[in-house]
Formats: sequence, C-alpha cells, structure tokens
Amino acid sequence: MKDWNLVFAGFGGQGILFAGKVTAYAGMMEGREVSWLPSYGPEMRGGTANCSVCLAGRPIGSPLVLEPDALVVMNNPSYDKFIGTVAPGGVAVIDSALVDRKTDRSDITALYIPATRLAQENGIGKLANLIMLGALWKATGFATLESLEAAIQKVVPPSKQELVELNMKAIRLGIETAK
Amino acid sequence: MKGNEAMAEAAIRAGCRHFFGYPITPQTEVAAYMSKKMPKIGGTYLQAESEIAAINMVLGAASAGVRAMTSSSSPGISLKTEGISYIAGSDLPCLIVNVERGGPGLGGIQPAQSDYWQATRALGHGDFHVLVFAPSNVQEVVDLVFLAYDLAEKYRMPSLLLSDGLLGQMMEPVSFPDPVEKTAEKPWAACGHQNKRPHNIINSLYLKADQLERTVVERFARYAQVEANEQRCQQYLCDDADYIIVAFGATSRVSQSAVDTLREQGIKAGLLRPVTLWPFPKDAIRAHIPHVKGFLSVEMSMGQMVDDVRLAVEGKAPVGFFGRTGGVIPKPSEVVEAVRKMAGGDR
Repeated sequence: MKDWNLVFAGFGGQGILFAGKVTAYAGMMEGREVSWLPSYGPEMRGGTANCSVCLAGRPIGSPLVLEPDALVVMNNPSYDKFIGTVAPGGVAVIDSALVDRKTDRSDITALYIPATRLAQENGIGKLANLIMLGALWKATGFATLESLEAAIQKVVPPSKQELVELNMKAIRLGIETAK
Repeated sequence: MKGNEAMAEAAIRAGCRHFFGYPITPQTEVAAYMSKKMPKIGGTYLQAESEIAAINMVLGAASAGVRAMTSSSSPGISLKTEGISYIAGSDLPCLIVNVERGGPGLGGIQPAQSDYWQATRALGHGDFHVLVFAPSNVQEVVDLVFLAYDLAEKYRMPSLLLSDGLLGQMMEPVSFPDPVEKTAEKPWAACGHQNKRPHNIINSLYLKADQLERTVVERFARYAQVEANEQRCQQYLCDDADYIIVAFGATSRVSQSAVDTLREQGIKAGLLRPVTLWPFPKDAIRAHIPHVKGFLSVEMSMGQMVDDVRLAVEGKAPVGFFGRTGGVIPKPSEVVEAVRKMAGGDR
C-alpha cells in the first residue's frame, strides 16, 4: 500500500488530534509502520492545533510532516499556514463552512467539504472532524474501510461503544460528500 | 501509545514501584500515568514539593534497594543535579528521565537536545559518570527503560534516559516485554538487617582524602568496564559510506530520511546513531575512519555531541556540524544540504 504523510490542522476542540489518531490506528490495523505527532504547548481550546501522521511500509524517518501528501484543514489560520506546504499532486480537504478562502494552486486537488455545517444539519454536531476524515479517505484511500472502522472501535473507549456507529455515520457522510 | 506514557508503563513493568516527580512540560504525561497506575498496583506515586525533594526521595528509595524513578524536563533536571551527584557518590542505581526542551533558562517547551553536555558531563559536582541512553522511537523508549535499570544495578550507578519533547509527545505502536518478576540481589541495600548481618551504610561523605580517593578510583574501575562493555549504537548504511552522519534521538530519524535522499542523489551517506551517549560509542565511530571522507554531527543544539565525535576521531578525519536549536526541529532537506556542502569539492 502507498505511504502517506498527512497533516491535520484546525482549532483545538474540533477533534483534529482525534481524527489523526484514528488515521494512525487504521494504518496500525494493517500492520504498517505509523506515527502520530501532535503540536503541543500553549495550544488549547480555541487555539490552533495540528498533528502529523505517517503511514508507511518501512520504518518512519522523521515523524514531522513538512510536505504532506494530504492536508485536512478546518480553520482559516491553519489554511494560511499549511496550504502552501501540500506536496505537488497532493490533496487538500478543506472545511468550507469555516475556511472562507479558495486555493489558486492548480497542482493539488482541493476538496471543499462544508463539514461543520453538515454535522450540524445531521445532528452530529461534534463530528465534523470525522466527516472530514471520511472525505480524506475517499480522496486518498489511505487504508481499507474495514481498517478505518476497526480503528474507530479501538479509539473509542469501551464504555462509549454506542458512539462507534455515530462516528461511522459521520465518516460515511464524508465519503458521500466527497464523491 | 504516547512516548511518555509508554515510558511510564515500561518502568512499571521493569519493576519500578516508587516514582517521585514534579510536573513540567513536555514530561508531565509520565507523572500523570504513574499517578493513575501506581496506587492500583501497590506502588508509590508522590508529587514532591520540588524537583530537589523528588530526587532526594529517589536517593532514599534506591538506598533501600528498590527500583526508583524520577522524571523531569531540562530546567527541572538542573535542579536535580545536587541529588544526582549524591546518588552517584553513594553508588546507588536508579532511573532518571529528561524529556528535553529548549534552553537555557526556562527556555521553551519545544523539543531540544541542548542538554547533551549536561547529561554526559555535568549532572552534578564531583568525579562521576551516569549511564546515558538515547532512544529514537517509542519502542526503543520501552526497551531502554529495562536496560537502564539492569545496567544501573549491575554497575551500581544512576541511569539517565534522555528523551525529548518530540519523542515524548508522539504516538507509535509499541509492544511491551513481560514484567520483571525479580531484580538483582542487592546485598548492599539498607532495608533492615534483623540482626542477621552487619548493618549497611549508604553514604557519600568521606572526610579523609585518601579514603575518598580510594572510593572514587574504585568507582572509576567500574566506569572503565562500562566503557569497555556497554557502548551501543545502531548503524544504517555505514559500511561503504563516504559521509557518516552521527545523530541520536529525534535528529537521527530526520537524518535517516536525509541519508535515503542522499543515496538517491548518488552520495554515499550513512547514519551512526549512538544509543548510549555515555559510554559514547567511540569504537564504532573509529572503525569507519579509514574509509570515510567526513563525519557530520547533527543535533538540536548549537553543537555539543560534536565534541565527542571529535574526541573519538582524534583529528584523523574531518568532523562537521549541523544543528538547529531553541526547539526547532531540523528538516531532512537541511541535513541533505549540510552533507552536500561537506561533500563540496568531490561532487
């Protein structure tokens, strides 16, 4: 399977780090080498948050992704910071409900998914991150859908397993929207 | 699992039941994990009133022969140095962790390697060494915790695990060895003699100069064994390399990516990654002197380990340096450029 270097970026509290974690676990379910590296520091709810995720067939060198093959971005400051870093030929999945800009880069594929609005309309208000993840999956196929579902099961604590189906609903919504 | 949490779990599995800490970013997850886990397994988790108190609690626990641990980040380690010197002077094994951040002073909270000199040279006053381990991925954090305890007990000296903010905060898959059931016998421990043997005294004070000299010389005989037996490193494409990057921890991963790129560009680069910083793997470095055109030390500092590379090479090959500091992580492309610059004339 192809190697993927991914960046997830947005506000703290949007579940950016969670979406990255699910992605890393999906890779792990397939026995691939994975790493998840969060930005840390004075970054809390309302501040910017981002993480680097690597999925690879061989041991990962630098876990810090500087030139992502795909970017998931959920606010304006992160869009400004990262849109220029996407590797040529790469993918940017943009939450167009929160990001009011459009890229003029013609060397990348940009998907505008109004995830935050879709989440509210579908009664899954906090799961915009997973709608974005579904769209990312559709655009890249970074792992199999089975692995993604297994990852959700793994990351959701045993006491909250009823949320697994809700998470998968959000992911499916993202996949359909990205079609 | 997060590097910091994996480290804490590894220590528990290695038999540590006494953790004394004080919060500081980017190390706090170690203490947080311990605070949840230790009470459930009959261990001691204690948040001390300061770093100085925590290290002295380690001294006390280690005196009784148990596997004790403290962790901190750069400024906190500076505070602990007094206690570390006393532990070394008392010939006690223990595990100290430094999840490094940028300095000097309060510095920053992003990853750094600018405590290399402190770790290998200046963990306190007096003539002594500390075993220093430098993991480069989360699995190795786990494996080295076990080794750090074993060697600390074997040679009766403190072990320092030198992590950094990047390794502490990142998640990677990890598998844990089986828990250690029984640790080495410690006939020297002050843990109650029940009138069955003479009492043991743990002490670092020797007022007679010749007695102190004898004690230190005896300790250095052990250090010589450590230097002879425990140098560890990992090599990547070094055998035919013209240029060998020497890098540890997080920068070794960046450098490995750089080596792959350089090889694609037709430059024979290799990576020698010290796993022990003391003892420094000088024998492995020396072995490459006949065929290399140069060594490049890559660090997240202004250049500290480069001194040890130069000492190992003894002027017999060029030694260069590339680094970023203050919490900035070097990019693979910058490392590639530094090697290409070193290769200069030949390419």
